[in-house]
Amino acid sequence: MMTDLFTTYTGNILQMLLIALGYLTFFAVAGLLLVWLERRIAAFFQLRLGPNRVGPFGLMQTIADALKLVSKELTGTERADKFLYNLAPYFVIITALLALAVLPFSGQIQAFDINIGLFFLTAVSSVGVIGILLGGWSSNNKYALIGAMRSGVQTVSYELSVGLSLLTMVLLTGSLQLSQIIEVQKDGWLIVQGHIPAIIAFMIFMIAGTAETNRAPFDLVEAESELGAGFHTEYSGMKFAYFFLAEFINMFIISAIAVVVFFGGWLSPFGITDSIPWLGVFWFLGKTFLVIFLMMWFRWTFPRLRVDQLLTLEWKYLLPINLFNIVLMAVIIWLNLEIKF
Amino acid sequence: MSYFSDIYKGIKTLFQGMGVTGKYFFHARKEIITQQYPDNKDTLKMFDRFRGEVVMPHDENNEHRCTGCQSCELACPNGSIEIIWDRQVDPETGKKKKMIDKHIYHLSMCTMCGLCIEACPTNAIVWSQEFKHATFNRSELTKILNKPGSKVKKGIED
Repeated sequence: MMTDLFTTYTGNILQMLLIALGYLTFFAVAGLLLVWLERRIAAFFQLRLGPNRVGPFGLMQTIADALKLVSKELTGTERADKFLYNLAPYFVIITALLALAVLPFSGQIQAFDINIGLFFLTAVSSVGVIGILLGGWSSNNKYALIGAMRSGVQTVSYELSVGLSLLTMVLLTGSLQLSQIIEVQKDGWLIVQGHIPAIIAFMIFMIAGTAETNRAPFDLVEAESELGAGFHTEYSGMKFAYFFLAEFINMFIISAIAVVVFFGGWLSPFGITDSIPWLGVFWFLGKTFLVIFLMMWFRWTFPRLRVDQLLTLEWKYLLPINLFNIVLMAVIIWLNLEIKF
Repeated sequence: MSYFSDIYKGIKTLFQGMGVTGKYFFHARKEIITQQYPDNKDTLKMFDRFRGEVVMPHDENNEHRCTGCQSCELACPNGSIEIIWDRQVDPETGKKKKMIDKHIYHLSMCTMCGLCIEACPTNAIVWSQEFKHATFNRSELTKILNKPGSKVKKGIED
């Protein structure tokens, strides 16, 4: 009896550790790859070459950068709040990891399939801003503080739009569980099922999602021309790298949510590879890559907004449209106007 | 209602902007303007409008077009050009004539403003596209533009 309990107990722990290790590896690899991709894509948008020296196509460039950052001294400011200052990067990175846990990479690969999946994702992704606020506050630097406060304003405002646009889609799925949401889409992806309101919701989600991840054109958190580097001005070495990686992982998470909620997650278009379930991972990652590419396209096209424009966009445009859109979606479901195959 | 037309215009212009950058992205393969410099040393062709340094072209008879009028020297805002000239008897006509001895050009002081080239009435000096100016001794940056033994081309003064 005793040995039985022992084996299952250690077995469980071992299993959890292995899964955690797998996710951490994915986190690091995806982060580094996305940084490389961003630089490369940015270069092509500007008719440059981008990093192409280290390794094939410059793939090793970000690894070299990470090694450099690891070897650098961790500096700090005088009279900074040391405890909060050191805590902030972990807040940012742990929330990003928490969000990764619930993402369904395929039918089988999902660490944590809870019945409030979508709610959990939105909740966790808004905790990340606490890390940014802590970092900005504890740095004892005016630029960092202003950057952090802007981030607070931005996230509080745009969280609303992210939540409401996802809620519009939840009307259609009738469930918050991510595996259930994908199950519903076997009759057609939600962006097709919900047609007009779904497309509006997708556009709002992409705008608000870009703002949530503090990327350009909503990067006034770290507006270089005004604030130095914004909230992470005083961070160096690996602590800076944590912020940097978390930013890219957040982009991946927002894109992954968009894929799960609008584009059928790991489902293949028209079910062409449904007989081979493990291909789902590639469909999921491929679609996510396309949405990430869209976000990078935004970044290298649009100029940065001012703070007042940022708030006008959210409160005067996105929010009313979103509320109207929910009603529209409800009417469409009420009249059975969804397109199903 | 300008509210709805604002939304329409906003979305339209966003897509317009993405169209422009997207066009660049998808044509990037052909149009990349980055020069991978040390690798393409042999094939690199600088743009015609590139201002490398001021040179004085000489033809095959070792003749240049500089009459020594000093317009360039006067035009140069920071004194990068010095002309040492002399009045000599022209062996053909027997008259005294202004001739340049040395057209001295201090590349180290030049700001590449191009006023000398604009000022030159005979187009004796032009831009060269040479960009490899690094030397170990700064005296090498003081150049004498007219080649030794060169003389002015006939008929330039007219």
